[in-house]
Amino acid sequence: MSEVNEASGATADGGAKRAPTVADFTTGAEARWCPGCGDHAILSTMRGLLPALGVAPENTVVVSGIGCSSRLPYYLDTYGIHSIHGRAPSFATGISINRPDLSVWVVTGDGDALSIGGNHLIHALRRNVNLKILLFNNHIYGLTKGQHSPTSKVGTVSPSSPHGSLDNPFNPLALALGAGATFVARTIDSDRRHLTATLTAAAAHKGAALVEIRQGCPTFSAIPRQPRGSAGAPSAEADNPASPEQGPIRLSPGLPIVFGANEQWGVIRDPSTGELAIGHGGDSRVVVHDPGTQNSTYAYALARLAETALAEPPIGVYRSVSQPSFDQLFQERLATARPGGRGELRTLLTGVDSWQVAG
Amino acid sequence: MSTEQLSARPDGVRRLENVVIRFAGDSGDGMQLTGDRFGAQAAAIGNDVATLPNYPAEIRAPAGTVAGVSSYQLHIADHDITTPGDQPDVLVAMNPAALKANVTELRPGGVIITDTDAFTALGLEKAGYESDPLTDGSLDAYQLHAINLTGFAAAAVADHNLKRKDAARTKNMFALGLVSWMFSQPIEDTVAYLRKRFAAKPDVQAANISALRAGWIYGETTEAFASVYEVKPAPLPAGTYRHMKGNKAIAYGLVAAAHQAAMPLFLGAYPITPASEVLHELSALASFDVRSFQAEDEIAAIGAAIGASFAGMLGVTVTSGPGMALKAEALGLAVIMELPLVVVNVQRGGPSTGLPTKTEQSDLLQALYGRHGEAPLPVVAVRSPADGFAAAVEAARIALTYRTPVILLSDSYIANGSEPWRVPELDELPSLGIDLATEPNAVDPEGNPIFLPYARDPKTLARPLAIPGTPGLTHRIGGLEKADGTGAVSYDPDNHDLMIRTRQAKIDGVDVPPLEVDDPDGPPGSGADVLVVGWGSTWGPIGEACQQVRAQGLKVAQAHLTHIAPLPANVASVLSEYHTVLVPEMNLGQLAGHLRRETLIDTVGYNVTRGMPFRSSELASVITRVIAGIADEDGTAAVGDVAARLAANANANKQDATLEAGR
Repeated sequence: MSEVNEASGATADGGAKRAPTVADFTTGAEARWCPGCGDHAILSTMRGLLPALGVAPENTVVVSGIGCSSRLPYYLDTYGIHSIHGRAPSFATGISINRPDLSVWVVTGDGDALSIGGNHLIHALRRNVNLKILLFNNHIYGLTKGQHSPTSKVGTVSPSSPHGSLDNPFNPLALALGAGATFVARTIDSDRRHLTATLTAAAAHKGAALVEIRQGCPTFSAIPRQPRGSAGAPSAEADNPASPEQGPIRLSPGLPIVFGANEQWGVIRDPSTGELAIGHGGDSRVVVHDPGTQNSTYAYALARLAETALAEPPIGVYRSVSQPSFDQLFQERLATARPGGRGELRTLLTGVDSWQVAG
Repeated sequence: MSTEQLSARPDGVRRLENVVIRFAGDSGDGMQLTGDRFGAQAAAIGNDVATLPNYPAEIRAPAGTVAGVSSYQLHIADHDITTPGDQPDVLVAMNPAALKANVTELRPGGVIITDTDAFTALGLEKAGYESDPLTDGSLDAYQLHAINLTGFAAAAVADHNLKRKDAARTKNMFALGLVSWMFSQPIEDTVAYLRKRFAAKPDVQAANISALRAGWIYGETTEAFASVYEVKPAPLPAGTYRHMKGNKAIAYGLVAAAHQAAMPLFLGAYPITPASEVLHELSALASFDVRSFQAEDEIAAIGAAIGASFAGMLGVTVTSGPGMALKAEALGLAVIMELPLVVVNVQRGGPSTGLPTKTEQSDLLQALYGRHGEAPLPVVAVRSPADGFAAAVEAARIALTYRTPVILLSDSYIANGSEPWRVPELDELPSLGIDLATEPNAVDPEGNPIFLPYARDPKTLARPLAIPGTPGLTHRIGGLEKADGTGAVSYDPDNHDLMIRTRQAKIDGVDVPPLEVDDPDGPPGSGADVLVVGWGSTWGPIGEACQQVRAQGLKVAQAHLTHIAPLPANVASVLSEYHTVLVPEMNLGQLAGHLRRETLIDTVGYNVTRGMPFRSSELASVITRVIAGIADEDGTAAVGDVAARLAANANANKQDATLEAGR
């Protein structure tokens, strides 16, 4: 969130000033997600997180598209739009660039953001619009009853792919990095502390922040988390760094990326190619995580690491670099164009080559 | 410029009531600029002016070919005119292709000015001429002035350090100077214009001015033409006037509306012909708090505009037919969220990419009905280039007052055409300010103040608007059906039925002025038997056609629809006063069908989709036949007619092929 947001949040209420509470961000509407769905946990985290950010409810706008995730705005007592499928970033852009005093959030899912809305997502990211984009990735279309999504693994059996899906999945982070995103992070719905910390970091970022929140679908995926068991999946040996028994790597800025019960494994960089791979934790080539690296090659390699070498992708902030937000540039352009306030309308309408008719 | 309009004067200057001039050349010859300047000069001396640019879809079609010809037609008059004229009296053709593409439309006996420099063997071949029309006698029916425009222009600018090619490019200014002299127009405004336009390129600036002056002097000293003409100023209501193009008028109307509403204007747009110019105009007006945003696609353009409206701006998006199709889903959202929004559709020939630079009125039904669900919205149509201003203000008025998206229909003819526009005084503009909600408007059962975003103004049925940042009024809106009052998600059957009827009733109740009828022979019912009803850009040709018919001593009435949804309340009663209602449209009968649905009155259609505006003489003859009771075959859907035309085409193609083979 920008400083402008924090200032307006603190002064928005002209009457009795008090810090907003969880109750201030809670609507009376009953959350209508399946029992066991991670969306409940994300909603609860948001209700706890928003008051801590110091932005008043009336200065918070949550915009969503279509899908299970996109029902979330109804449950947060802020301003909100439950819009149309895939287009949430466009509505949010129209709000955010015109109103730098607002904190604008986009809530979307893997189908909404990466399939029908892929175009709007990449353009919001490349422009660096000051949006906090929460991408709920359960690898499935839930609201339409379980079809494979653009993040489903090849071979996903679903009502629309009874013999297994054929199309390669998107890696949401790799896509975001390719679009030039300035803040990219990955977290999971089942770890509230990590979720809170990641969303807090996203909120503090000035510019577009994409957070992939990985989750399972209790109704349409037999196994929570992403589908497994397709050809070439890693074996489940306990001493294998690619074993599903290993929890995801947790990225911490400034710390070497090591993991395993005894930190026996680490992410190492091949000095000649720059490629990342899994090696021994004591290897001198173990990478020290730095999300502030301007060049996104590192974050990109990290984002794709799990596709070949791990069962679960690392979680944490992959990239966080500072660039002017589109909102800021847009407002500066406006301010430069009208140093003395609005132009004289009559002068504009009359133009430079008018003439008089006496009648 | 028929002879009866001419009157000789002792000084040799012959006075004309009106004249139609067409500048034609290769798309790189600067004909649009030349025409535009001639129109500005005519407007500045007080003529009424209407213009019609015509250019190919390709930025630079192959040079010298008929496909690459660009033209600009002007009608200037000493009286009120509403069209760019049917047939040119004067044709300036800069090359053989321009001559070939335009000469058939020139009035018999009309004036041709050509550039002999371009009539080379190669130039003739590219244009498809087998012999030189300047010498083979094929132009004997016209007054031909074959002049080496390029050569004279190049000689005039010899001192300005230009490359040979750049020197030759000043030929359009030489031609403009010559035609300006022919029609007694001062060129000083154009000199001032060139000074400004080429301020950064002193050599180009000086050369263009030299070529312009040389053209004028050439006319004066060589006595190239038998006559010099003059069109006197037209009587116009007092005021400040300027030359106004349709797209610019819409842009300025939107700026004025936002000014009158004391709201910032936000434009979300994606480039599309022929609407992009509105985006360009508004993008240059940041100093008027116009926030212009070029989105990644048509959907994002309307999405951003809706978001801006939600955030308290006057949201606008501009596009053409294919873009409208892409915006349809988001329009449905704007309807159910009941947010103010102006959607401008500058129509072009369709379907699909169709004729992107040509005009058509074929998106009317799309505007009226082209959405999923019951999604009514008001539709307003622009009638002429200058009317774009008032129509845009009106569209914004409805959008703001009723919290609804409004579609403003223009078309390519209006977009690129221009005419004099009386600049309104600011106090003539309506006040469009709306009261945003700042306080709760209800109490819950426990007595706590609450905000109901879907409460209704009993008069307009408009809902309150509370924008983000307003404490205590937080609320969520979206695409799911709303509960009456609270706006909460509701799947209740009775509520859905009520909300559908409420949204329809709100649009049906939009306050629109009654339809006015121009029937000089008496009040409706006791004057003419035939009423001509139009909408959009056919206003000009229909009006002039009616004048021509009346000049023959016949009676005809004209009425023109600005509001198509909702229709003025008196439409059915007006139409029923006439024996026959003729509806000319540049589509296959879209307004006629809408009128039949809304009034149960059958009309007679005249429908042409050639990408070009109606000619007033063409409409006059249609009206005359309708008055005489001759049923006109409009050929709309007659399979037999279409089959006959297809067969004729096939036959012609066969003959062409035979000719090719014989060569």
